[in-house]
Amino acid sequence: MTDTSTPAIRLTGLRKSFGGVEAVAGIDLEIADGEFFSMLGPSGSGKTTVLRMIAGFELPTAGTVELGGRDVTRLAPFERDVNTVFQDYALFPHLTVMENVEYGLKVRRVPRRERRVRAEEALAKVRLAGFGDRKPAEMSGGQRQRVALARALVNQPKVLLLDEPLGALDRKLREQMQVELKAIQREAGITFVFVTHDQDEALTMSDRVAVFEHGRIAQVGKPEAVYEKPASSFVAGFVGTSNVFSGDTAKALFHREGAFSVRPEKILLTADGEAEAGTPGTVAEVIYAGPVTRYVVDLDAGGRVVVVAQNRHNGAPLAARAQRVRLSWLDDHVVEIPPNDKETANA
Amino acid sequence: MTLSPAARWSLRIAMGLGLVFIYVPLLLVLVNSFNGDRTFAWPPDDLTTRWWAAAWANEGARQALLTSVKAGLGATAIALVLGTMVSFAVQRFAFFGRDTVSLLIILPIALPGIVTGIALDSAWRSVMGDLGIGKGMFSVIVGHATFCVVIVYNNVLARLRRTGTSLEDASADLGASPWQTFRFITFPMIRTALLAGGLLAFALSFDEIIVTTFTAGPGVTTLPIWIFNNLFRPNQAPIVNVVAAVLIVLSVIPVWLAQRLAGPEAGASRT
Repeated sequence: MTDTSTPAIRLTGLRKSFGGVEAVAGIDLEIADGEFFSMLGPSGSGKTTVLRMIAGFELPTAGTVELGGRDVTRLAPFERDVNTVFQDYALFPHLTVMENVEYGLKVRRVPRRERRVRAEEALAKVRLAGFGDRKPAEMSGGQRQRVALARALVNQPKVLLLDEPLGALDRKLREQMQVELKAIQREAGITFVFVTHDQDEALTMSDRVAVFEHGRIAQVGKPEAVYEKPASSFVAGFVGTSNVFSGDTAKALFHREGAFSVRPEKILLTADGEAEAGTPGTVAEVIYAGPVTRYVVDLDAGGRVVVVAQNRHNGAPLAARAQRVRLSWLDDHVVEIPPNDKETANA
Repeated sequence: MTLSPAARWSLRIAMGLGLVFIYVPLLLVLVNSFNGDRTFAWPPDDLTTRWWAAAWANEGARQALLTSVKAGLGATAIALVLGTMVSFAVQRFAFFGRDTVSLLIILPIALPGIVTGIALDSAWRSVMGDLGIGKGMFSVIVGHATFCVVIVYNNVLARLRRTGTSLEDASADLGASPWQTFRFITFPMIRTALLAGGLLAFALSFDEIIVTTFTAGPGVTTLPIWIFNNLFRPNQAPIVNVVAAVLIVLSVIPVWLAQRLAGPEAGASRT
């Protein structure tokens, strides 16, 4: 991201309270033109409220929203050059699919012929050519999702906001839509702001991810940065599974004060006796999960660790329950979590 | 819930008796309007449409029908406008005293008609009369509107609650002005609720007698009042039957239509 060009979205000191409860507690953020940006966080972390303030459905309690360098904080939704794909799609049930897609053009007084052409293009882009005469109720969940996408894209907005758009789809369809969304975004060159509570979605599609916690951004960065170098134990715990060591365990393992995180797949597990080095422990649980097996290990030094190992050997486990094992990892894979973070996920 | 066979049968019988008590007298009126005998001998040995022709020819009955239709349309029109506006205010905005307003709107349907009637009567005597607005068709329409507003309000409110605001948000998001959103999205959404509410309100106004008695000026005779006035005149008895039959049909049709249009919510709003 370069600072020379105007960001597509700039949020400054953004806050929102609902009846005394602060849902968004001060957000400063710049999203670059053409970026696929994800807001990731548990429900109630304020990510959807931020999205609704960008769209104009909520008025911020404090702070400003700029779109393409223009302050739009006080403008109504219909005066902003953004479009939204809603979580429940919000398709107009009394209009056909074609009329739904044409709607944004119709209210902007685009001539009938042109809007028909553009709507058909948009439907073709989401692979729904020929479905124009149907009513939304006659479509499946995945199809409705694509109609909502076409209805937003047909207006060629500068920014597309997506509020958990894949939440209602089953897993297979969701993975397929992730690939399609990414392709559409790359092709159209539109800025996408994608709200989700699903870390896989955020990591696979985004150029950058912001992790939300209690109305604040806990960390923002490229997916690999957020995953590999979590800035807090919350981020470490929310994005993927993580082993966070603190207190006495940390002192025993790393010989200093602080909190440390190691990802489960970075830990090497060997049966005791095969290796001399490494941290000793006892296997508490073995969970077979197809491509990988998860081992839960109680360390002698205290604390419980999850280890993920690929099943390269016909699924035969590396260790059984109650077996003594040794764990080892590279120093590079240990992430020291900044001390301002008081939470201890592995206490 | 499972019931014993005995309980099930006694409930069935109770329901059957209840329905019989409600509908047999109504059926009797309908049949008697075709009864050839002037004293309504039962069972009727002669069926005729004579009374229907006589009723149609009766100037008083025809005038009363017209008056009732006018009063019904007027009250329905007021109810549609006010009821819709209040339901939007209550459903879409938070303001001081919202629950109180909601209660005050619903209350007139629970108030005894005689109380509403007396209140309107004295209001007209002491205030409106001085303002130069005497009793007449207008006072009947206002009187009916007090309870017709509730019907429209309840129907539209239920619809607004069910549909939520996400479609309107989506419309605004796509660039529609508030007026465009109302025209293309909100109005089509509440259209059937308005129709259902309007039909029910009309039906309610059409057969109302208590409030009408207190608010009608001289010369304003609605159909129910005409029936009441002619009920004890032996000469008119056959015609009264016909008019009553018309009243039944004209009341049932709107309710039936409203039920079909709005689903369960229309029925609920009548209680």
